[in-house]
Parts: sequence; C-alpha cells; structure tokens
Amino acid sequence: MKITYTDVLVIGGGLAGLRTAVGVRERGLDCIVLTLVPPKRSHSAAAQGGMQASLANAIMGEGDNEDIHFEDTIKGSDWGADQEVVRLFVHTAPKAIRELAAWGVPWSRVKAGAHQAIINAQKVTLTERAEAHGLITARDFGGTKKWRTCFTSDGTGHSMLYAMDNKAHERGIEIRERREAMALIHENGRCYGAVSRNLMSGELTAYIAKATCIATGGYGRLWSVTTNATICQGIGHALALETGVAELGNMEAVQFHPTAIVPVGILTTEGCRGDGGVLRDVDGYRFMPDYEPEKKELASRDVVSRRMTEHIRKGKGVKSRYGDHLWLDITLLGRAHIEKNLREVKEICESFLGIDPAKEWIPVRPTQHYSMGGIKTDYRGESPTLRGLFSCGEAACWDMHGFNRLGGNSVAETVVSGMLVAEYIADFCQTPQSHIDISTATIERFINAEQAKLEALIHGGSGEDSFVLREAMEQIMMDKVGIFRNAKELQEAVEQLQELLRRSRNITVYRSKSLAANPALVNAYRTQKMIKVALTVAYGALLRTESRGAHAREDYPERNDHDWLVRTLSSWSDPEQSLPDVRYEPLDVMRMELPPGWRGYGKDLTIHHPDTPTRAAEVEAIKAAHSDRFARQKALSAALEKLPKKYQGRNERLSERFES
Amino acid sequence: MSEGRTLHVHILRFDPHLKDDKPRIETFELREAPGMTLYIALNDIRKYLDNSLKFDFVCRAGICGSCAMLINGRPGLACRTLTSKLDAHISLAPLPVFELIGDLSVHTGNWMRGMSERLETWIHTQKAPDIDRMEERMEPELAEAIYELDRCIECGCCIAGCGTIQMRESFVGAVGLNKIARYRLDPRDERSDAQLYQLIGDEDGVFGCMSLLGCADVCPKELPLQSQIAYLRRKMVQIGK
Repeated sequence: MKITYTDVLVIGGGLAGLRTAVGVRERGLDCIVLTLVPPKRSHSAAAQGGMQASLANAIMGEGDNEDIHFEDTIKGSDWGADQEVVRLFVHTAPKAIRELAAWGVPWSRVKAGAHQAIINAQKVTLTERAEAHGLITARDFGGTKKWRTCFTSDGTGHSMLYAMDNKAHERGIEIRERREAMALIHENGRCYGAVSRNLMSGELTAYIAKATCIATGGYGRLWSVTTNATICQGIGHALALETGVAELGNMEAVQFHPTAIVPVGILTTEGCRGDGGVLRDVDGYRFMPDYEPEKKELASRDVVSRRMTEHIRKGKGVKSRYGDHLWLDITLLGRAHIEKNLREVKEICESFLGIDPAKEWIPVRPTQHYSMGGIKTDYRGESPTLRGLFSCGEAACWDMHGFNRLGGNSVAETVVSGMLVAEYIADFCQTPQSHIDISTATIERFINAEQAKLEALIHGGSGEDSFVLREAMEQIMMDKVGIFRNAKELQEAVEQLQELLRRSRNITVYRSKSLAANPALVNAYRTQKMIKVALTVAYGALLRTESRGAHAREDYPERNDHDWLVRTLSSWSDPEQSLPDVRYEPLDVMRMELPPGWRGYGKDLTIHHPDTPTRAAEVEAIKAAHSDRFARQKALSAALEKLPKKYQGRNERLSERFES
Repeated sequence: MSEGRTLHVHILRFDPHLKDDKPRIETFELREAPGMTLYIALNDIRKYLDNSLKFDFVCRAGICGSCAMLINGRPGLACRTLTSKLDAHISLAPLPVFELIGDLSVHTGNWMRGMSERLETWIHTQKAPDIDRMEERMEPELAEAIYELDRCIECGCCIAGCGTIQMRESFVGAVGLNKIARYRLDPRDERSDAQLYQLIGDEDGVFGCMSLLGCADVCPKELPLQSQIAYLRRKMVQIGK
C-alpha cells in the first residue's frame, strides 16, 4: 500500500488548480497537484476570448468599476448567483489580471489615438486616450455595459495558463501528471485526500492531505456535442457525489454557447461578435435585432442561444446533413483584424471547415459550453457538508454565475477563485480541525475498494459494453436536456438514465485486459461516474419548474422567484439508489445588494419574491443616503470584509488614482 | 470526392507495460466520413475495432498540443488533420525522442517540464508587484511581439523533427530556444544576455543547432523558429567573444 502525505492536495492542473497550488505554497504549505494531462494541455487553454476585469483603460470601458461589473454579473446570472461571492470576485478580478501581467501574460495594450472598430455592423472611429497608452486594453463581450474583457490577441487562456504553469515551476510545486483521482478518502464528515490511479502504470496511491481541492473543470462531455475538451467529464463532481456527504449545487444550470462550428462543436469565440461579427439566417438576413433590439448579437449567451434556436424552429436555419445551422459573419471585420485578433478562429475554420472566414460565413449553432453547476461550497470554497473538501473554478458552485455565466467571467473566475480559496485553505490548515487523524487501516480500505472495482471491471463476466452506455447517455442529454426543456422529455431522460445507471453496475471491459495504461478500462469506470452526474443534471432540471437563465422550461416560461429563488443541492447518500437526494437552499433577498429585477430581454414574466419590494426600497434608501460609491457599497453589504486581508485594498484606475 | 473511401490506417503499436509485447504495425480499415479528422478516425477505431488503442487528445481543436504524432512519417497534430487530405493508406506512429506510454501516446509532459526547469522559463524579477495599483505600461507592439513567441503549444513536433537531437539527447530544441527568445524580448524578465548565455551558450543550446530547420517546417503554429534561432545565436556569439 502506497501512501503519500502532504498539506494540500489539488486535483486538477488547469488555471484554478494551479493558482490554488501557487497560493498555498506561498503560505508555506506543501502541495501536490494531480492532473490527467500536462497542465499546459488543460481546457483553460481553450479560452480564446478574454478575461473580465474592470480596469477601465480602453475608451469604451471608461467609467467602469467593480459596481458595474457586479451588476452585469448578477443580471447575467438571472439573480441566481450568490451576491457576496460576486462582490468578492469583481473586487479581486483587477488584482488577478495585474498579477498575471507581472507574471508574464502579454495582455494586449491600449494604443493612444484613433482606430477603427465595428459596432452594430457600422464602422466607427474610436479615439483612445493618451494617458491610457500602454495599459491593458479590453474588448466588448455579451451582457456587459462596458468593454471589460481583457485579452491576449487570440490566445488569452493559453497565455494565462502558460504563465501560471511557469509560475508553478518557479515555485517548485509538485505536479504529478497522468494521475486520476478515483475516490475521495473521507470519514465522519471529514475529507482526507484521494485514491489516485497512475494512468500509465495503473498503480494506486493514497494521497493524504489536510485539505483537498477539486479543480477539475466542467461536465460538458455528458453531451455528445460540446465545446469542452475530452477531459471535461464531470469526474470531480462524481468524486464529491460518491462520498454520499458532499453536495452538488445547481447541476441543471448549463450554458449553451451560441457559436460553435457545425458539426464538430469547436468553439468560435464570443470575441467574433464582440468585435462586430453578426449572425445571419438561411436568407443571409441579420435576425438578432428583431428579437433583441437593444443588445442584438451581444445579448447574454443564454438569450442568444435561445433566439437562434427559435429562429431555426421557424424554418430559417440552413439545412445540412448534420442538422440545421445559422451563419456567423465576421467578413465585415476585415482580414487584418481577423488574422491578428481572431487568428485562432481563422485556424479553426481552415483546419476543420476548409473555409476562409475573411471571405466566407461560418456555420454555427448553439452547443453545450459551460457548467454553472458544480460542487457546492461556501464563499471560502469549502463544502458545507464535508469538512476539508474544497473546490474552485468551473468545478465548483460557490456560486458566482447562478443560471448563466457572462463571457469572459470564466477564466477570470478560475484565477480569482484560486487566489481566494488558496488563502482560505491556508487559514484552515492553521486550525486544529485540519489535523490528519485517519488510520492507515481506513486508508487501506479505500485503496482496496478501488482495486476491487477495477478488477471486477476487467475480470467480470459478460457484462455491458461501456462505449455503448456512454453513447446512449450522451444522446439522451443531447436530445432531452438541452436548450429548451419540458417535463415530458426530462421525465423520459431521467427514466432512461436510471436504466443506464442500473446497466452500468454490470460493465465488463472486453478484450483489453491490462490494469496499466488502458483506455477501455478508463472509459468503463468514468462512464459509471458520468451517468450519476448526468442524473443530477436531468433530475434537477425536471424538478425546477421555472425558467431562469440558461434553464429554459417551455412548460414554465416565467422566472418564479416566489418559489424558486433557491439553489438545488444534490447528493447521493446510498450507492444503490438510482436518483440523487435533492434539497433546496434559499437565496436571501434581504441580503442582496441588487434585489431581483428584470434582465431586460424579451417580455418580463417574473413572479416576484415577497421580500423583493421591501429590499428594493431599503436599497434605494441606502443609495440615496450615500453619494460615495465605496460608502454606498459598504452600507449595502459587508461582503468585502470576508476577503483575505491582502486582497482588501481598493483598485487603482485612471479615474481613481492613488496618492503616489 | 473522397467521401465513402475505405481508409487503411497502419499504426505502429507497442505497449511497454505488457510482458512479451513487441512493436508491430497493425492495420485498421474503416469507412471515411465527411469532414473526418484523425481524431474522429482514431476514436472510431477505439470504439469499434480495438478498445486498447492508446493515443492522446484533449482539446481536439489544435490548441492544446496533446495529439502530435508521426502522420505518414511527418510530425503533426492529428486532431486537425483531415483524412480527405491524405491518401487512403495512412501510417501513424508515436513521436520519437519522448518516452513511450503505449501505441501513439508519449510522455511529452515530463520532457517539457525538464526543459522548462532547466531554462527557467519564467519571468525573473526582483520586483514584487503591487496588484492594487495600475499595471506597468507596455508598448502595444511589444506585447504583440511577445505573444507571437508565446504561442508555442509544446506539442513536441519540433523535437520530433529535429536532426540535432537525434545525436545529442540533451539538446534543448527549438521549443527551448524559442522560450529563451520570448523571455529575452520581455522587459519584465530582468535576465541579461550573459545570464541567458549560461543557459543556452553551448552545444546543448543555441550552438548545437545544425540549422537543418526541420523544426520550422513542421511547427503547427508556424512560429518564426528559423529567424529566432539565428538571431539568438548572433546575440550569444557576442557574449561568448
């Protein structure tokens, strides 16, 4: 039996996991990162478009600040987000981007003087301020009042991830590649680490730690077509779920990105539309202004995806052998712009479609993209039900995005949550509660259980083929748990997934019998886990009889704050059960800085919460009493006091200069 | 049209973890589909023909660099290789130089990490940033120039295509030299040319390159490796004088 002890075990080597590791290391703790792939290959690298932070350097970002970023994010979430968490986030995002600038990210910069831009399909001239020259610039993204999305030409996520991994190298952080966490080790409501499998040799090792942090990204691969990388399979969520103790939050909250290419589902960045690209239908007609006259193509992602689907249902899609699609037209941006700021898009179009996007339109349709749901944590990133288990980034639901995430807020969240959760983990590790008091006998039991499961898969009789079950699951999610949802289809999805779950308990790995590197074995045990996670999504969606953000119920089109201003919490207390346990946690209107209102899209169908008028009146009174925005914010919410001290300082801007 | 062809995929297979396994070529036949890439073809083979076939894909969009392999003898990214651009007979082999995990899967990660630690591919500075304050300014053109070199995805194609490394295993390769060029250009990194000389001023570094430039031919990101290596060599010669 092999046991390795450390202070902090991080599962996942993307931006969130690496930033957590760097943070706890700086606090003097030992840390091991387990990762399926070399960290620089993580899905964080795929974030082409940018990172939101209210620097207010670019002329179209002038006047931006944390408060505006806060409002955009809450509205974007359809009031499903935790407002305290969002407040911590918007305050820390400028610090995160400035730290990354110091660590080597070559952020695109403001160039003083006039330049051309495309806004609402019109050429306009913008004049950047001389005083902003050389500071980090920003582009437009959907659902934001200001141009706030900072970027590195066409490779934001890539350059962020490389800078972060290099920083981890500098700090000597132990990164163990091609290691998969198989199960969390826990006892009496306390998490002590994980059993890990070496994907090359097959060896099982127990990593025992004071704190364990899951940063494994989203669960997009539950769907057959997704923009997500092949490793975004929700395995971190399954690990938490299989403890029977930890809970998952809002798993039904799933975002579909408007512009993935057809058929393979590779993303073309929101930067295409942010920079002035438009959507067209089978007739070449620009249809979005008809649906959303104000924000048009730059409405929130969930809104654009629904409008596109509606338009296709009206028969305005372009027929293809892979189903109907629409067109993304970026030809009006010009070749020079495309080859510099959207080069990744150009490469994707050339390699996967054989087209030149400077001359031809790109076939796109809404495709699964982001998991707002995740491992339920408090604002410190810790599971309220399983002590010592932390989570951050897309894997977590702390809950920053509610029912819809804004473009540019995900890479921002990875780094910010890593910064903050690292501090809270380090604080936890200084308390007596963090001591490791688990016996080696218990650890051995966990390792043996995993070994037994693997051997049963390899040596079992004539059971089910995991590839068949996986494909069936992906298809159910695709057909019945998509952009528009209804009770009938969701009920069918839940029943069919339950049947798949039963069958998955009897999987056999045929032909390929190695316990070392063995893709068939990996597929087998991950499929067992993924079906459970899929059930939390489908069942949560069935139970939530309202429409909120990306969760759009055709049979319940109104957002119902009266009954559903709550967070769905799923757990799996008995391994033999075929449905998750579900309970709900209310969001407290009386503590909101921004009481529930209308997002400004389509018709306002909201059924309001009884507390909303009361809180709205309170907030108005507080606002009227304070002209200074900092004093006003403090009077509205004490959230910022929860920040680690080192991050409590104000953020300097051109319009809010510090005394030198 | 290539639609509907039968593809014959010849794969060099070997599993070092299996006792008695021997390297061999195995051929898989499958029906070509429209828009098929090697990512789709290999997954079809694994799903329908041989579930033990080992290969690596992560982003499957040409961004992450996981899936480099020898495609008809030439290093390239499998995910963005359309089968329609290849002959019906396709030969696939793992990248040379890197440790073999099995079949087409190689351990580029530990090689790249070793290179990174050796060349210290991070910003070296004495300054601790005050992240509450406005960031340091940088000329927009300089930021773009740094990003041009920062675009490397560490796929390993340049290493697989390198003549020097066949004879000198400790050579840092184009990937390593490009990193040094990138940090040399970056004013945030305070290392002097004399310090960089300590890292690459020998035969394992910039003076080992025989200028065969296989690296530049096969780089899927079309990085300016030729000009960067030549420029770096001139700068290092000045230090070595």
